[in-house]
Amino acid sequence: MAQFNLPANSVVKPGKTYPPATASRNVKKVIVYRYDPDSKKNPRTDTYEIDLDTCGPMVLDALIKIKNEIDATLTFRRSCREGICGSCSMNINGSNTLACIKAIGEIKGDLRIYPLPHMPVVKDLVVDLSRFYAQYASVKPWIQTQEQSSLERERLQTKSDRERLEGLEECILCACCSTSCPSYWWNSDRYLGPAVLLQAYRWIADSRDEATTERLEDLKDTFKLYRCHTIMNCTDTCPKGLNPAKAIAEIKKLTAAVGN
Amino acid sequence: MGKAYRLTEHAYDVVVVGAGGAGLRATLGMTASGLSTACITKVFPTRSHTVAAQGGMSAALANMGEDDWRWHMYDTVKGSDWLGDQDAIEYMCREAIPAVVELEHYGVPFSRTDDGRIYQRPFGGMTTRFGEGIAQRTCAAADRTGHAILHTLYQQSLKHNAEFFIEYFAIDLLMNDEGACKGVLAWDLATGELHVFRAQMVLLATGGYGRTYFSCTSAHTCTGDGNAMVLRAGLPLQDMEFVQFHPTGIYGSGCLITEGVRGEGGYLTNSDGERFMERYAPNAKDLASRDVVSRSMTIEINEGRGVGEEKDHIQLHLEHLGADLINSKLPGIAESARIFAGIDVTREPIPVLPTVHYNMGGIPTNYQGEVVTLRDGDPDHVIPGLMAIGEAACVSVHGANRLGSNSLLDLIVFGRAAAMRAVELVKPGQPHEPLNDAVVDKVLDRFDKMRFANGEIAVASLRIEMQKTMQNHAAVFRTGELIEKGLIRLQELLAQMESLRVSDRSMVWNTDLVEAIELLNLMPQAIVTAQSALNRTESRGAQARDDYPERDDENWMKHTLATIDESGRVAIQYRPVHMYTQTDEVEVIPPKARVY
Repeated sequence: MAQFNLPANSVVKPGKTYPPATASRNVKKVIVYRYDPDSKKNPRTDTYEIDLDTCGPMVLDALIKIKNEIDATLTFRRSCREGICGSCSMNINGSNTLACIKAIGEIKGDLRIYPLPHMPVVKDLVVDLSRFYAQYASVKPWIQTQEQSSLERERLQTKSDRERLEGLEECILCACCSTSCPSYWWNSDRYLGPAVLLQAYRWIADSRDEATTERLEDLKDTFKLYRCHTIMNCTDTCPKGLNPAKAIAEIKKLTAAVGN
Repeated sequence: MGKAYRLTEHAYDVVVVGAGGAGLRATLGMTASGLSTACITKVFPTRSHTVAAQGGMSAALANMGEDDWRWHMYDTVKGSDWLGDQDAIEYMCREAIPAVVELEHYGVPFSRTDDGRIYQRPFGGMTTRFGEGIAQRTCAAADRTGHAILHTLYQQSLKHNAEFFIEYFAIDLLMNDEGACKGVLAWDLATGELHVFRAQMVLLATGGYGRTYFSCTSAHTCTGDGNAMVLRAGLPLQDMEFVQFHPTGIYGSGCLITEGVRGEGGYLTNSDGERFMERYAPNAKDLASRDVVSRSMTIEINEGRGVGEEKDHIQLHLEHLGADLINSKLPGIAESARIFAGIDVTREPIPVLPTVHYNMGGIPTNYQGEVVTLRDGDPDHVIPGLMAIGEAACVSVHGANRLGSNSLLDLIVFGRAAAMRAVELVKPGQPHEPLNDAVVDKVLDRFDKMRFANGEIAVASLRIEMQKTMQNHAAVFRTGELIEKGLIRLQELLAQMESLRVSDRSMVWNTDLVEAIELLNLMPQAIVTAQSALNRTESRGAQARDDYPERDDENWMKHTLATIDESGRVAIQYRPVHMYTQTDEVEVIPPKARVY
């Protein structure tokens, strides 16, 4: 009988447990995925029991408390701590979101924190996003115009044309949506994924951009666009409340009309 | 010791450190002009703190009423409490107009007026006709203008194939024996490798150092790394005593609520429900300059008229604006207030408190971004090979107090100016002169010492002690006695740096070490800030001395230049304020009393 082995380092084993430092009735177990690239050992989950009475309200506060007070080696990205920079995207109790705007109080039971799914892990909660960024660049996410319009004044755009960018231009490139998408998990080498498609649509929808046809022709591809199977995880998980699935649907509608 | 590290060498015409608004604008300009340009950044560009700017970018476009860049200049000079350099302010306010138009052409999704032009909102201290009326000058993309601008600049950088080194943490400048900057040493967090970047010109665009304080609107990453590198090079920082407290940080979390809320008609009340700003600033009221509003709020709280159980904060109302306006113009604020204060802004006021927000001080430069210092009697001596832009720099256009929406403007105008100057100064493809090994070794030794720091004090515990000391001893109201006590404490904390412990020994994504080096960077900036505040025995702009409540133009209309040695001793010198303009299109604005 054929023997199937899991790839090296794919089994996550229980690691250390750090009991609470103080006697408190308000203790939360925080279980965090750890991977140390130097040791090349299996990833593990360490358990930190923290006193919520001396912790800020957000999951990021819990991570910072652990790093500051218990285990300085714990590694994660963070910056603005107000949901606008997109650094601290991770998987919290099964959903991808930003740790800085996810309230601990919303989570019943233990807090389970993992890196964004199906991404190469560099260390602990830090994943390699270079392919994601390269895909972003591949859709030419900048304004394209033919005429050299006068630099004396701004171009005009009506309020209603500007409104079409709402729900699109707010994307913070946190990658929560793309890394929640099963299609992206299986085909991230060729499928662009919801975040990048939303960004592509942001320029298609902009009345000032003049490359709509080229953009649609470029996207009209079995893999780049049509690996979207409207699973809707993207819209479900977006921490900014955006709707990438709708943006993808709009692109599909428009590509259907192009080049036929 | 330094020999244990393998170094990868790179040669570029120019290297930019930092990829916020200023760094990206400069990178873009130099790349497009044919200079080989590397942009080194410790976070992915769109994660830089420019992304959090909300309200907008000022420019006298006159889209929504009469305006003139000279009025903008007058407001900025007055806002600076006459500490700003008027030649640089003139340049910024005149260039604001083409700069914002250029951004629109880059694709920034500005909000629009009925006739399709860029939407502009009122902001604190922005007036028409030299203080007569309220100007609508602040160009906005809803309440996410920084996000809109930063993402657009990154997109333009992609278009121009700019070269980025992302999540590379700059460790130090490489300064030769003659005091010229020759490059930067940086650490690639993903691979753990160290890189030497040689450049004819290094641009520091490393932002502010808000994280010297306990409560700030600044991101965790705002640690003023470039400022610290300049101090380590033996060069001065300018006007570091001027730290802006934003009137409306959310009580507790410190997250920013834009002044645009008051620009759109929001107002502040005390525990009596009184709109107290009417007493302090009868004309501008809630739209007075930030230092004025922050001081007024602090007086209200100190006199027992704060709200809440501890009577320690103030309320910001926008309920009366209506859901439609809030949803179209201030959607991000509604979201932040809901998440961080549990507030529905259409029904209840937001609890707010003055919170550290911006550093007017920084690396002294001229209006073209070249780093300057006082040398042999010349207050404008240029340091070869080094430029600084954005919040890291002190041009000085903000003087003792920055006006809201002049910061995004500063980033773009001076990012652009520095790029143009670098193109003039640097010939593409020039070979790099050899660099003495000792220069790199010195930087590596310091890095290595920190990496293997084996004391008993955790980085986080020393950092919070420093932050609390700054919060308690160098905040909105200051006295000589209070600052002196703070300085004694800061010196103790500096000494404890020797006993620091770094627990992670790895070279790959060792954020424990990153935070240790950031603390190494923050500490001298904290000391220089407090010492400069103690030294300036007057009240001007953001520096409010209880023991010296008046502005003293005779003795203090000058820039502080502070250097610090390794033992923490600060030396202070001065540069004159530029009381002249570049052209005869506008006259110098002479100092007068500053009332709003």
